[in-house]
Amino acid sequence: MKIGVCLKQVPATDTRIRINADATAILTDDVKFEINAYDDFALEEALRLKQAGKATEVITFTVAGPEADPRIRDGLARGADRAVRIDDPALAGSDSLGIARVLAAALAAEGVGLVLAGRQAVDGDSTAVPAMIAELMGVAQVSWVDKLTIEGEGFTANRAAGGGVREVVAGKLPAVVSCDKGLNEPRYATLPGIMKAKAKPLAVKRLADLGVDAASVGAGAALVTHTAMGAPPARPAGRILSGDSATAVAELVRLLRNEAKVI
Amino acid sequence: MQNGILVYCEFENGSPRKTAYELLQKAVALGAGPVSALVLGSGDTSSLGLNGASTVYQVSSPHLASYSTGAYVKALAAGIAASGCSTLLASASSPARDAMPRLSARILAGLGVEVTDLRNEGGKVVGRRPVYGGKALFDVRVTSAVALFTVRPNSFPIGAAAGGNAPIVAVDAGLSDADVDVRVIETLAPANKSVDLTEADRIVSGGRSLKSKEQFDAVVRPLAAALGATAGASRAAVDAGYAGHGEQVGQTGKVVNPSLYIALGISGAIQHLAGMRTSRVIVAVNKDAEAPIFQYASYGIVGDLFEIAPLLQKELESLK
Repeated sequence: MKIGVCLKQVPATDTRIRINADATAILTDDVKFEINAYDDFALEEALRLKQAGKATEVITFTVAGPEADPRIRDGLARGADRAVRIDDPALAGSDSLGIARVLAAALAAEGVGLVLAGRQAVDGDSTAVPAMIAELMGVAQVSWVDKLTIEGEGFTANRAAGGGVREVVAGKLPAVVSCDKGLNEPRYATLPGIMKAKAKPLAVKRLADLGVDAASVGAGAALVTHTAMGAPPARPAGRILSGDSATAVAELVRLLRNEAKVI
Repeated sequence: MQNGILVYCEFENGSPRKTAYELLQKAVALGAGPVSALVLGSGDTSSLGLNGASTVYQVSSPHLASYSTGAYVKALAAGIAASGCSTLLASASSPARDAMPRLSARILAGLGVEVTDLRNEGGKVVGRRPVYGGKALFDVRVTSAVALFTVRPNSFPIGAAAGGNAPIVAVDAGLSDADVDVRVIETLAPANKSVDLTEADRIVSGGRSLKSKEQFDAVVRPLAAALGATAGASRAAVDAGYAGHGEQVGQTGKVVNPSLYIALGISGAIQHLAGMRTSRVIVAVNKDAEAPIFQYASYGIVGDLFEIAPLLQKELESLK
């Protein structure tokens, strides 16, 4: 079985966000990029499944320009066998569904039996692409998984069910699994891994290579638009409560009751 | 022509969840056409009309007894078709986060996720939603005939129920065994019976300064219990093993929206602030007067959390 891993490069989580003049995107000139933290769990799980003999090949899939290649090479250095990068000018302005369309086409073309993705990318935070891929591929999905077992044609997974409850679910492959923190401890690339990664295949695909109609992606096909990007509203100034601990605590309780009215 | 707002009302133990009332009341306030409720499965629907639904669409089926993506997506699609709505609102719960993107891809209805505000722009519902873990916000508009939105819990206040009775319309989604694609084989109850962080109204969080799991358990959790709050943790505390990964608040953990957030020994790294900055009231306790968390705190105490937290716990317990 081949495993497909969706990898996205995102601004590092300690990035201070600056918004462009059109309020349509952030300024990225001095932003440091990294592999989306949740995708790290997806890649690690794929590598472990291969080591356990449950998979024959781990292929990463990324929708991006060549600027993402260092992150893709990092995935190869950690142990992925090869990488597919989908890049086409017609993809500009795609919404989540447009991105899911090209990923689903590329994953299907490789005949993967299991798709692993992060539960969300920590830039757009849309949490939508994995489930959309599953629908477009016509396969089962499980979201926000922190434990996964593959046995023959089937899988079991632990997922969030709301209210702090977790469920153990079972289903049949092929499937799309979105990965949460707690699934595993991602590895770092080793020096030999980095050397080997230089020779591993990184294929760049256009829409035409995947048989995806350019009219089904990009800004023209988007069902969702994002505009008027702004900073979160500033918080009203707070105050520091002085005095010894007992005095400060008594004052805090009084303020929480009488002023803020939250207790 | 699609018209009106359909609110997907989730149930728990036979009654609507609080988020159902939050969304129904907000839908009425938007004034963007008639408001109806969608119920998947069985339960007491009498309060939905009181909270603003003029009609309750209900899909009853043994296949909805526990959540499965296949059955729920099909039932949601049937509810939308039966109601003829132009907007579907759902709480951003774990099941809805799983189902809504798949529904979006199936019926080609655009999805705005985790909005924290909604407004009516000439009869069309527009959302405002956080990105980059809450460091920025976008207006989100949907161009398809039907718009889907998930709404972060606690985004809107719940007022008095001022509606009336709502007739129930049974909807047949044609569900069969084949729709239950992924089966629930076991339910794992949380270790402590507190509200999920993303829906909690009060949260007490601890950071690296707690120094050990034992001290986290001895200081943070009892204070949370005294407040009826849910315990949370910073990434540093989770990575150090003081708290579970499901308890992490921040950009790579849970994004929370409580009315009271108490941060104990949390310095306020940008990635933690991203997860809790929309809390209505923030209380910070930290030894370091220069900690960034104080810039966001409604009330701050500069001092030793090991001294202050137990004092606060005692004060709160004496109020009961």
